[in-house]
Amino acid sequence: MSDFLEVKDLRIHFNTDDGLVKAVDGLSFGLERGRTLGIVGESGSGKSVTSLGILGLHRGSNARVRGEVWLDGEELIGASREEVRKLRGRKMAMIFQDPLAAMHPFYTVGHQITEAYRVHNKVSRQVARRKAIEMLDRVGIPQPQRRVDDYPHQFSGGMRQRAMIAMALVNNPELLIADEPTTALDVTVQAQILDLIRTLQVEFGSAVIIITHDLGVVAELADDLLVMYGGKVVEYGSAEQVFRRPEHPYTWGLLGSMPRLDRDVRERLISIKGSPPSLINLPSGCAFHPRCPYSGREGIPSNTEVPKLIGDGHKVACHLPPAVRTRIFAEDIAPHL
Amino acid sequence: MIRYIIRRLLAAVLLLFVVSVVTFAIFFLVPRLAGATPEDMASRYVGRSTSQEQLHVMAQKLGFLDPLWVQYGRFAKSIILGADYSTGPTTVHCPAPCFGYSFLTQNPVWPDLTDRLTVTISLAIGGALIWLLAGVATGVLSALRKGSFFDRAAMGVALAGVSLPIFFTGLLSLSIFSYGLGWTAPGGSYEPFTSNPAQWAHDLLLPWITLAFLFSASYARLTRAGMLETMSEDYIRTARAKGLPERTVVFKHGLRSALTPILTIFGLDLGLLLGGAILTESTYSLPGIGKYAVDAIKTNDLPKVLGVTLVGAFFIIFANLVVDLLYAVVDPRVRLA
Repeated sequence: MSDFLEVKDLRIHFNTDDGLVKAVDGLSFGLERGRTLGIVGESGSGKSVTSLGILGLHRGSNARVRGEVWLDGEELIGASREEVRKLRGRKMAMIFQDPLAAMHPFYTVGHQITEAYRVHNKVSRQVARRKAIEMLDRVGIPQPQRRVDDYPHQFSGGMRQRAMIAMALVNNPELLIADEPTTALDVTVQAQILDLIRTLQVEFGSAVIIITHDLGVVAELADDLLVMYGGKVVEYGSAEQVFRRPEHPYTWGLLGSMPRLDRDVRERLISIKGSPPSLINLPSGCAFHPRCPYSGREGIPSNTEVPKLIGDGHKVACHLPPAVRTRIFAEDIAPHL
Repeated sequence: MIRYIIRRLLAAVLLLFVVSVVTFAIFFLVPRLAGATPEDMASRYVGRSTSQEQLHVMAQKLGFLDPLWVQYGRFAKSIILGADYSTGPTTVHCPAPCFGYSFLTQNPVWPDLTDRLTVTISLAIGGALIWLLAGVATGVLSALRKGSFFDRAAMGVALAGVSLPIFFTGLLSLSIFSYGLGWTAPGGSYEPFTSNPAQWAHDLLLPWITLAFLFSASYARLTRAGMLETMSEDYIRTARAKGLPERTVVFKHGLRSALTPILTIFGLDLGLLLGGAILTESTYSLPGIGKYAVDAIKTNDLPKVLGVTLVGAFFIIFANLVVDLLYAVVDPRVRLA
């Protein structure tokens, strides 16, 4: 049985004056209804570009999108603009990072929600308005009858994100993509929003993709985890597998750089040296090799073509033989996590 | 909202007061500072061969010997309430707003001004409608097809429009369409709208287009820049993610935001023009405020110049007030400010 959402060999390249930017290069994954996939990576690893690609929002830009995106048996990359537009907001919806910037400052919150509802449903303004109030109530906004006529700038940051979620869920989408939904929010509000997403996911039975650089967020929400680096997947598995037994040196770096309260404060965080690669001029072979502390071990030249994702269920793209990785993890990494 | 309106109104009134003080100072204080005696000032109001004693009497009668603040009070009062001028045996009442009598024609300035005003208003409003429509439409199309042939051609024409002065484009169009093709009268004719609307539009068409060419060029460039900026905003991405048709995205979400800065400039331009489209009126010999001002300055007819200055300032302040109020309608964030 194929998954509800299936992405096969997705490639999103941008033609720029400086050269071809391979923002996403050969991404594949599947997602079932009711499950949550976390996509993790540094800035510029291609996370957001992927989500916009699934929604078909690169059309009309200088992007070249190839590969296949199957949503509930329909292929989206080859579909017409109009077909994808009709699916957007109805079958697949998105929550953005900065809710203040993502909502139109000139229209009331209620108007923006009813607009999203009415574009896909032939209903009167009154019906749509009642629906908007109901949605605001469901995402936990107090006095929704009154707040529905407020403008985004009259909402607090957390309330705005709740309103964004209400707007995204108004058509009961089966796929919800949340792009850094808590990054712009206070820490105290973050947990509430994550809770809300989880509750609503159970209620609506949607498939959820959560895009973040915050491993704490995915640890809380995700069933599956996909780690991206330089536009490619470096590790893919269930969240439990990846957290318990991370396979890729990059994932080790991500986990090691996460501060933990149950550790001695004098212990230094392990950071990944260097900076993310330029997507125009990716390092040859494994894109991570210039920053990888284990590159070149065992005499394997890392600038040769990296193995494809290998393994069953839990997959990793790394030159190091599994036995070596197991040893390094046990000796160097596990004690610090 | 009400507080905002009241504050704007008060600010406008205060500004009018300041403008009247400055105007008064230019016409009555600066000459004194430059060394003119009250008798010199009075000499402008009387015939050429007048004795020094008679001048002194006139200066006293006209109030040039009073302290400045008394003079300003009289000046302001005559504008608001009108004034009585004693010419010896009889007293002439000059109804409000009284800017005095023309040195040349001995007519009160205000009725002359109102006659001229209908011409200028016809010219300004008609031209403004054309340039607003043409400029914004061109700007939107250019922004949506950035880099296309249309964009480059339109921006090239716009550059010409911004650079070429009215007296060049005006004379050129006169020589082609009036003298060459004989489609319109070669200027100087003006038929009031109330007596013959068709003739009115016919007479004004060339001046409208000339004026609109200059202004629509800068409006096209402004709109293009504004649209390019707003179309890359996060809320546009949200609108697309909701599945709104591209038309709605562009006009309802994009143009609405891009138009707000245009509104500001439009108010200023229109206000400025209502105070006299000097070049256009002179080129086409239209009997408007601008030509009135030029004629008055040429003949040193100070009361006329004073009247035009104040009326022009009034229009700019009034247009600004309207823009401020419209801003609150357009942008809800302004209402709180």
